[in-house]
Amino acid sequence: MAGGEYLVSDAALRLEQVSIVLDGRVLIPPLTEQVPPGTVLTLMGPSGAGKSTVLSFLGGTLAGPFRACGRIWVGAREVTTLPAERRRIGTLFQDDLLFPHLTVGENLAFALARTVRGRRARTARIAAVLAQAGLEGFAPRDPATLSGGQRARVALLRLLLAEPQVLLLDEPFNRLDAALRAEFRRFVFAHAAAAALPVLLVTHDVADAEAAGGTVLALRTDASATTFIERVGAEGRTGDRAMAQAELETKGGGR
Amino acid sequence: MTGGVTLAARAQRADDGRRPRAWLRHAPRITVALFLVPIGAGLLGTALPAFGWLPGLHPRHWTLSPWRALWAAPGFGTAVGLTLMSGLSATILAVVLTFGCCAHLSHRPPGRLVRGLMGPILAAPHAAMAIGVGFLLAPSGWIVRLLSPWLTGWHQPPDIATVQDPYGIALTVGLLVKEIPYLLLMSLSALGQVPARRQLEVAAALGYGRTSAWLKLVLPQLYAQLRLPIYAVLAYALSVVDMALILGPSNPPTLSVLALRWFSSPHVQMYFPAAAAALLQLGIVAASIAAWRAGEVLIASLARRWIARGARHSVLEPLAALARGVVGGLMLLGASSLLALAVWSVAAVWRFPDLLPQRWSGAVWHQQAGTILWPLGTTLLVAAAASAAALLLVLACLEQEQRCGAPVRSRMLWLLYVPLLVPQIAFLFGTQVLFTVLRLDGTLLAVIWSHLLFVLPYVFLSLSDPWRALDPRYARTALALGSSPARVFLRIKLPLLLRPVLVAAAVGVAVSIDQYLPTIFAGAGRVVTLTSEAVTLASGGDRRVTGVFAVLQSVLPLAGYGLAVLVPRLKRGPWRAGSIS
Repeated sequence: MAGGEYLVSDAALRLEQVSIVLDGRVLIPPLTEQVPPGTVLTLMGPSGAGKSTVLSFLGGTLAGPFRACGRIWVGAREVTTLPAERRRIGTLFQDDLLFPHLTVGENLAFALARTVRGRRARTARIAAVLAQAGLEGFAPRDPATLSGGQRARVALLRLLLAEPQVLLLDEPFNRLDAALRAEFRRFVFAHAAAAALPVLLVTHDVADAEAAGGTVLALRTDASATTFIERVGAEGRTGDRAMAQAELETKGGGR
Repeated sequence: MTGGVTLAARAQRADDGRRPRAWLRHAPRITVALFLVPIGAGLLGTALPAFGWLPGLHPRHWTLSPWRALWAAPGFGTAVGLTLMSGLSATILAVVLTFGCCAHLSHRPPGRLVRGLMGPILAAPHAAMAIGVGFLLAPSGWIVRLLSPWLTGWHQPPDIATVQDPYGIALTVGLLVKEIPYLLLMSLSALGQVPARRQLEVAAALGYGRTSAWLKLVLPQLYAQLRLPIYAVLAYALSVVDMALILGPSNPPTLSVLALRWFSSPHVQMYFPAAAAALLQLGIVAASIAAWRAGEVLIASLARRWIARGARHSVLEPLAALARGVVGGLMLLGASSLLALAVWSVAAVWRFPDLLPQRWSGAVWHQQAGTILWPLGTTLLVAAAASAAALLLVLACLEQEQRCGAPVRSRMLWLLYVPLLVPQIAFLFGTQVLFTVLRLDGTLLAVIWSHLLFVLPYVFLSLSDPWRALDPRYARTALALGSSPARVFLRIKLPLLLRPVLVAAAVGVAVSIDQYLPTIFAGAGRVVTLTSEAVTLASGGDRRVTGVFAVLQSVLPLAGYGLAVLVPRLKRGPWRAGSIS
């Protein structure tokens, strides 16, 4: 679908004993995982469980009362102490967060890596990316005039144009209605696979996890309110009873 | 069932906003008239003498001779150059430093030091701040004392014009000290309406450092809301009189001071070139605002290309850090200036290179008690009356707006800014002529009215946002329970919004105490306030006595803000005003 357009990355994302603590309460117990390029790791859990906080920690924007421990590696690079802008870890949020004062094309140009030089080359590249995403001629448009699905696609294109080495998905499908959601999911995973990015997906929707088709980790809380992580689905084994159970529990229980 | 219907019907009747009381319906018009008529008449009354026509004082014939006299006046060209240089450089520097500081802080609130210093600096009148900055920068001021004699080798104050310098540098510094906190405050409150934090996170994920991300993403969204405050700063810096009298050079002075000097002349003939200078001052401000607007358009189009180039500048980071450092330094300068006022007022013996007085004494306060009392009373009376009137008018306008459901349009906001954009010197002479015609000149009423012109916009700007933000369901619920709109206003809205109302009143008091030129013109020399007295004393008076007046002048607005914050806390019961917001 988008092959050849992106620099193919070959760095894996590796988490080493990553944990999140809030006021002395362990939100996320120590987690050690490796996400090879081109694969998806899904973290499921109820809202407020601290899933998005993990992504903030990985992305380098953790703030407020949360405390995080552990080390983050992108390939052979340790990024734990790097500022957000030097980690090359891109996050796709639930809101598209397109910059309202810039056109669609300018939003993309803002993100497009400096390796593409010259105004003409940059404009051409943006036009090509838009055309491939079914948004031909959208460059001069005001983001406010786009539909939700179109905005979501532009947000992903913007993220990928910055040539990240890791993709973090923070419930990006939630805002879309059912029909658009499936389509946008395919769009995201196809682009991520084409760029061979390691992807970490955070969600509470089992359909997202199934579509991702990788390892699924579920955040659970036991009777003594201790949080633990359970591996409920492995690669190639999706849609089973354990997954359904995981969704039930994350929706009903938790808090 | 029947009860419910009656209740609903009553609520309907009570809620019917199309028939409010007559005076309330006219409130916006009365307000606009009260402050636009004196300005309009004032502009006309200043423009006519510039072409040789002065009511009742001169045979009426049109002439350009006032302009020729202005042109030929010694130092005229230098005065215009000085005005442009100090006004433009102060505004450009203030804007650049403020944005740099905000970019460095990005979405975080400023540190405790900056926040702590901002309050007193914002509250202090411009004149008091100018006197304090003068005390600090003077050849015998704190800065030279701090460096002498160990570094400079000076045992006597050096003979260098560090204040009232011919280039207006001291004036520019004084303006920066006062205007940067104002722009910073405006930026911080505007930032609340931009989802800056999330957008900066997105930019960081795309590889942008916080400074360039802030400049490229947040600033363009912020700027529209800062435009009017920036124009107000530009107009103020170009036409300020009290600060220029204290910190600016005296021969030749800035254009507005030149105009004031001629307006204060005992020779009526001098009114004509004075009026021409005042009108030219208006032209300079108008042209500068137009040029600024053109610059905005140019920079916006260049910035679009800059953004699209996708460069991740890291060179901007240290520049922004530098801007923040300079802003911090200027804040410290401002705070030390206010402290210097206080120290001088209680200094008995203070020889040159010593950092602090050898002997302290409250004698000057004691001696001056008699002289202070009258201007103090006048200051308080004028400030209380002007802000009470402004509060009444603003509350009436806001209440009328809510009952009719028609918000004040943005054009109305521009009207509010008229007294802040038009130079005071350009219309106050004409306003005085109007007061003379009304036989009001030199009365307290005239001074209060002229203060109202500047108090009203600030009271409105301070109160309108919290007033409009109050959840309308409180009022609707009360109406549905059978209260009249008047009762809802008095028993629900006012108590809920007590704190913003008191803060707006304190803003009004501070603005009134700040006024120098309106007091001079409308008071015709017969009404003396702390501010007019302090400015007079600053030119060659005893530093100790000047210090006493300037300290009092700075303490009063602060006390006002303190009361506005404290009083709602004293109120018992669950409806403490601070709890709703």
